[in-house]
Amino acid sequence: MSTLSSQVSAGFDVEKIREDFPVLKQTIHGRPLVYLDSAATAQKPFAVIDAIRRFHEVDCANIHRGVHELSQRSTAAYEETRAKAKRFLNSRSKNELIFVGGTTEGINLVASAWGRTNVKAGDEIVISAMEHHSNIVPWQMLCEEKGAKLRVIPMNDRGELLMEEYEKLLNPRTRMVAVAHVSNALGTINPVRQIIEMAHRAGALTLIDGAQAVPHIKVDVQALDADFYTFSGHKLVGPTGIGILYGKSKLLDEMPPYQGGGDMILTVTFEKTTYNDVPYKFEAGTPNIAGGIGLGAAFDYVTHIGIDQIAAYEHDLLVYGTEALLQIPGLRLIGTAREKASVLSFVIEGIHPHDIGTVLDKQGIAVRTGHHCAQPVMDWFNVPATTRASLAFYNTTAEIDALVAGLKKVKEIFS
Amino acid sequence: MVHDLYQETILDHSKRPRNCHTMDDANRKAEGYNPLCGDKLKLFLKVENDVVKDVSFVGSGCAISTASASLMTESLKGKTRDEALKLLDKFHELLTTDTAVSQDLGKLVVFCGVRDYPARVKCATLAWHTLKSALTNVTDPATTE
Repeated sequence: MSTLSSQVSAGFDVEKIREDFPVLKQTIHGRPLVYLDSAATAQKPFAVIDAIRRFHEVDCANIHRGVHELSQRSTAAYEETRAKAKRFLNSRSKNELIFVGGTTEGINLVASAWGRTNVKAGDEIVISAMEHHSNIVPWQMLCEEKGAKLRVIPMNDRGELLMEEYEKLLNPRTRMVAVAHVSNALGTINPVRQIIEMAHRAGALTLIDGAQAVPHIKVDVQALDADFYTFSGHKLVGPTGIGILYGKSKLLDEMPPYQGGGDMILTVTFEKTTYNDVPYKFEAGTPNIAGGIGLGAAFDYVTHIGIDQIAAYEHDLLVYGTEALLQIPGLRLIGTAREKASVLSFVIEGIHPHDIGTVLDKQGIAVRTGHHCAQPVMDWFNVPATTRASLAFYNTTAEIDALVAGLKKVKEIFS
Repeated sequence: MVHDLYQETILDHSKRPRNCHTMDDANRKAEGYNPLCGDKLKLFLKVENDVVKDVSFVGSGCAISTASASLMTESLKGKTRDEALKLLDKFHELLTTDTAVSQDLGKLVVFCGVRDYPARVKCATLAWHTLKSALTNVTDPATTE
């Protein structure tokens, strides 16, 4: 394993990167923090923290409203993030990018604004067996309201979608296919390009939940031909409460607004309101300005490191971590897809994940335990919960070794 | 240290839970569910003349919730309904406040370490929430939420 360890560190200066993340330099219960919960939220580099601080210290004003200097600076900085998002996702226009609170809001916006005008009784919405609750419940609510049917693409026991079963689900009544690019509970990278192409052939639209994909792999919305693509800033080393919804211009133009309020209008009288153009039509009220500016800094930071370099390094960590965990007797990985992001979800025979999580925490190791907002995934694998170590580009092989040592301690206590 | 939470008695009861079986002649039953952990519990009680004659449980959960259910069943036998509910209050107080540990709790004091782990309080109280719904005839599954 030492050979692999030296391979992992080759060409990627993780120690230098760790210097950018102040939160990592602390001890928890007297032990160095080992943060393995980046799929829940990523830690923030100084670049993001400083951008948010600078906004509050120097530029703070409301946007799109004032003629004064501060408002112009804030507006420019906030809108600059939209331009950065355009480059990051390779959308045709920055007007195809809507600021939302996060992935959950992005999905709800589409289910509500698009769904209410385009889905009728008897129509079908297709999701997959590995969706996060946020890509299940909004569609379920829509189906209930409209009398439409929710259909689910099944998966195999590695946690891979069964594409031939997906093909069978598609029919002229299919209106939308909404799937995760990367599963948060299993780490599976889904073949979304193929999924989108098949949906389009059947005449359906697609929404891709990119929450777990955008921080780890290069996403090109034009190459994917996604109709909607959404993600959260906070998993991409940005702040919480801000995210992006991409939608094709034509679709966004045709959709009614999501929420009413200031900024989403052109004129308002008591008789009639004219709505603003896309994307502002979908951005009612004062947004998370500081968050938007912080997200811009996050795009810059990740671009500077290089998303391809991040993907390659994280893949090496995943290989190292998979091999290391499988040395532990009684440990079973949940999610063993051939195409996988750096998520290690597992169970240990006879030991509940919450007990594992507490004992690891006492050793300074932060992992997620529970159902990961994906109860149907837990039901499929017939486990009540799992322990999940999710790896980011600031993690090291030494931290994986610490996890393995921590798990040995867990086994000592409970067996 | 983590041993403050996982005391020997707790580990013992989690590995070898007492009264862990179904009960055919139970006259009170309730189900408990902790949506956060996915822990599930079924509780069976035989109550005669307002006294708990017998109690058992089945379910799946973490060490804290299993040990809590096991130790609860041991401490309930022979108690009246009111005594059982009072014990529940005292147990809850043990987990959630800094007050001095009540002498009436007996073996249950081993759970005093849980108060330092707020995220685990629900694990320790699942069985007791379920007891409350069994004794007060609530038919919906008890939840820790």
